[in-house]
Amino acid sequence: MVGQIEFKNVKKSFRKPDGEIVNALNGIKLTVNSGDFVCLIGPSGCGKSTLLRLLAGLDTPTDGAIYLDGEKIEKPSSDRCLMFQNHTLFPWLNIYDNIAFGLRVRKIYKEKKSLADDMIKLVGLTGFEKSFPHQLSGGMCQRASLARALAGRPKVLLLDEPLGALDAFTRMNMQDELLNVREKQNTTMIMVTHDVDESIYLSDKIVVMSSRPAKVEKIIDVKLPHPRDRNNPEFIRLRNDILKVLHYAGNEKDPEYYI
Amino acid sequence: MKKKNLIKQYFIILLPVLSVTAAIIIALLLPDSRRHQTAAHPYFAFLLTGILIAYITAVIIGIFKKAQLKKITDKAPLLAAAVLFFNILNIVTVKTALLPVLYFPSLDRVIGALFEDRSLIIKCVLYSSRILITGVIGGAAAGFFMGVGIGFSKKISYWISPIIRILGPIPSTAWIPIVLIVFPTALSASAFIIGIAVWFPVTVLTSSGVSNVEKSYFEVSSTLGAKSITQIFKVGVPAAMPSIFQGLFNGICASFITLMTAEMIGAKYGIGWYVNWQKDMMVYSNVYAGLVVIAVLFYLIITVMFKLRDRVLVWQKGVIKW
Repeated sequence: MVGQIEFKNVKKSFRKPDGEIVNALNGIKLTVNSGDFVCLIGPSGCGKSTLLRLLAGLDTPTDGAIYLDGEKIEKPSSDRCLMFQNHTLFPWLNIYDNIAFGLRVRKIYKEKKSLADDMIKLVGLTGFEKSFPHQLSGGMCQRASLARALAGRPKVLLLDEPLGALDAFTRMNMQDELLNVREKQNTTMIMVTHDVDESIYLSDKIVVMSSRPAKVEKIIDVKLPHPRDRNNPEFIRLRNDILKVLHYAGNEKDPEYYI
Repeated sequence: MKKKNLIKQYFIILLPVLSVTAAIIIALLLPDSRRHQTAAHPYFAFLLTGILIAYITAVIIGIFKKAQLKKITDKAPLLAAAVLFFNILNIVTVKTALLPVLYFPSLDRVIGALFEDRSLIIKCVLYSSRILITGVIGGAAAGFFMGVGIGFSKKISYWISPIIRILGPIPSTAWIPIVLIVFPTALSASAFIIGIAVWFPVTVLTSSGVSNVEKSYFEVSSTLGAKSITQIFKVGVPAAMPSIFQGLFNGICASFITLMTAEMIGAKYGIGWYVNWQKDMMVYSNVYAGLVVIAVLFYLIITVMFKLRDRVLVWQKGVIKW
């Protein structure tokens, strides 16, 4: 099995421009099993995205380390693809070339051309291969971005609020799309989200984080069968649980403003 | 209402015919002022006749091709006005001698100069083009690589940027006295200062274009498996292309000025030299002929550049049209 992730007491602090040191992550310990869908949820600004960037190898932890299949993560790699809230498709490449970008730069395009073709079919963009990103809608771009991230068959897909900018309807479609991809490719997925319902709908495991400096507040296993019904009593109970933890987590810090 | 529109369209299409015919009649029937030197042939009338025949042919083709007719209708008023302008120019010069005769020769003689002096003019155009192309390609290449280097590497930026800041703003023509001594031939000297004129804007706009590329593009490409060299040429450079072309456009415009100045100072050939030489000989008909050639040459160069840009930047929304 591939795609097992282990966070060993990961700490990250930043120095603000005025010299003050800000602790973003304060000793994160977490294990993600291969093929799991894990959602990170927590108050805004708590360091969820920082965690994702460390995982991608774009930043390095101040202390501690992250291991993927027993190997320490030190720099970005095509094992761990990242998908942002805005689609970040390269505007100068058409949809097909965007999706094939990873295969081309890794010089495996000739042998693995079919991967790109498959991804286009999987995300339903057949017929739009020659279009440029600015000619497509936000939802289509986000789907193309998903296809680009998955074309190289990464072990782990990192999703930084990838559905945040989409309208409710497209968003629900994309959620099913993600589950569909996960089922077909068995990719480990780690997603940052603000949407509690979304996290319950998608995850095997929900990691609730505390406000800054972030710690793992609670890990909730979701054992509901797919496709999940958003009105199932268990679903609603989980939602209340998470909101309670989040509320508690939110209360621990000083209020940001007084009335 | 529809019929009225149709009549209006016919009238618009007819406008250039009227304008050209009027100009031909005036050119051929009105007597020339005796103070003007006569040309070997009535070139202006020849040219007008040529235009008339070409236009009528285009309209006839247009009767069968709707799209072309629409294009003709669109351009017809402009053509009519342009011919009217030259008609008036013809009247105030050769017909009435209202403008100083020495400096405003007849259109017949200007067109005549283009025709009769063509072998020398072509030689000059080729000579100028050679300098211009060498200089622009050399300067653009130097500017591109320097700009990419500065944009991507802090170290290169540290060492090179000050040089560019100090040397860049010097107008390229100010280098002429030094360059004439250092370079063995006038051709290489001219090409070099044209290179400098192009190099500066291309460097500055390339490096600023590269350093303004959104960071997330690099981050995403690195998680897709791109190494840093690949990132420079597959992400940084394409993303900076709009800015690079802006620099190239500025540079090419500057190169025209430089070319003309350089040719008017030291050269033995070239279209700028031709204009200057004819001015010294007080043959203003040939001066105007030279200017016409310069306009056409530079127009073509800019057009080619914009065509290239449109092809490279098809992905961009709403590019400026030329």
